[in-house]
Amino acid sequence: MLKSLFHTQVSLGLAQAAIAAILALAVVLLARRRNINLESDTAVALVRGIVQIVIVGSVLALLLKAPRWSSVFLLAGMLFAAGSISARRAKNIPGARRVSTLAIAAGAGSVTAIMTWAGVIDTAITALIPVGSMIIANAMNTNGLALNRFRSEVLAHAGEIETALALGAAPDATVNRYAEASMQASLIPAIDNLRSLGIVWIPGLMTGMLLSGADPLYAAIYQFVVIAMILASSGLTSLLSTLMIRSRAFSPAEQLILKGA
Amino acid sequence: MTGVDQPEASRVILRTDHLGRVADGVAIVNDVSLEVFHGELLGIVGASGSGKSSLLRLLNRLDEPTSGTVYLDGIDYTRIAPRELRRRLGMVTQRPFLFPGTVASNLQFGPQQRGEVLPDETIDSLLRQVGMDGFAARDVANLSGGEQQRVSLARALANQPQMLLLDEPTSALDEDAKLGVEQLIRELATASSRTFILVTHDREQARRICDRVGTMERGHLTHMGTPQEVLRA
Repeated sequence: MLKSLFHTQVSLGLAQAAIAAILALAVVLLARRRNINLESDTAVALVRGIVQIVIVGSVLALLLKAPRWSSVFLLAGMLFAAGSISARRAKNIPGARRVSTLAIAAGAGSVTAIMTWAGVIDTAITALIPVGSMIIANAMNTNGLALNRFRSEVLAHAGEIETALALGAAPDATVNRYAEASMQASLIPAIDNLRSLGIVWIPGLMTGMLLSGADPLYAAIYQFVVIAMILASSGLTSLLSTLMIRSRAFSPAEQLILKGA
Repeated sequence: MTGVDQPEASRVILRTDHLGRVADGVAIVNDVSLEVFHGELLGIVGASGSGKSSLLRLLNRLDEPTSGTVYLDGIDYTRIAPRELRRRLGMVTQRPFLFPGTVASNLQFGPQQRGEVLPDETIDSLLRQVGMDGFAARDVANLSGGEQQRVSLARALANQPQMLLLDEPTSALDEDAKLGVEQLIRELATASSRTFILVTHDREQARRICDRVGTMERGHLTHMGTPQEVLRA
């Protein structure tokens, strides 16, 4: 129906976005009848989402004409933004932003670099940016989950940690088990995604490839490749961030500084 | 200050020098200067929120002083590595926070941090000292509150500390267990050359077992003397 009314891709896209947004708002209004007030949060998120994604689309449109190496700068910018965003999950842990940025850069950066070098990810901007951003975004989420869990575990076990410190334990040793639990918990979504691939969901990248006429079997295999890359980068990010964050919970005099407000 | 020529009982083992800590703009420990003598059981008595537990946490540097310092055997404790300082100043808290596992594994914890293994005989001897003979293989999850606190004491003693800092060790126990642990502390203080600092809100307890008592109010150390002098009321 929309296609007969809108004749350019952009106007058609905006009309489709409007219908999707109306559907989301209708659900919000339905929730309101049960005294669940999500209107302002949802409205802001919808507006923010469309503005951000249109900006990204416009930047991509410009980048299509730019040299291939310019994608490195865009991915680097994404890495820094991802570090800042996921560091918010580690409130009151000094240096969390640095830890997050380094862990995501090492995890997502190394996997993207290796796979690009191996020819798995095409160096064309239209391939490297979407796949790279998927890897970075998932590393960011995993990092946020790991830091959030670590913070909660330390706050919940401050007594045990200080008891171990009082018995002469090294700070890192007192929080090792909480760091390990945090890493394990942070990887649950990535592992579940891989486990349910094709059964519960058909991810966006595969959908996009199918829509653009790719061989369905190749699209399916490539989707597995991407999800496996995401698991590798998320795992490395989480491993590094939980290793680095342990010592940040303590002062140079080996005092627990991460405590409840 | 090392006091090598002084008789042991009058040797100052620990001294605080205008010790203080301000947290969130509030002076929770304020200008505390005191001396602790070798082998004594010193009580610090005060109401809840008077700063007595905060003072104890400054002594083994679980918290950092914002003013003043502590001298251990005449040495400024900022010059002692935190792990070594904490080994020398053992601590027992209100809640024992035993680690999951057996009683023996809890006693092994401190020495293990230095790469040492506590022989079975030493574990048995420590457990005998705290009245828990034969409990080495027991899972700590199956111990009563009083038993857990005794294991906590033995675990601190396993590190061979010069001094034990006891932060309300009986306040979470029932009356019988409380009197048992209290008596144990007094016996340990009498039998060993170890020094004890006991923080308690229970004036009667301090009167019963302490050699000297200091009182704290709003972060200040207000009185210091024998229990008879300080706790007359």
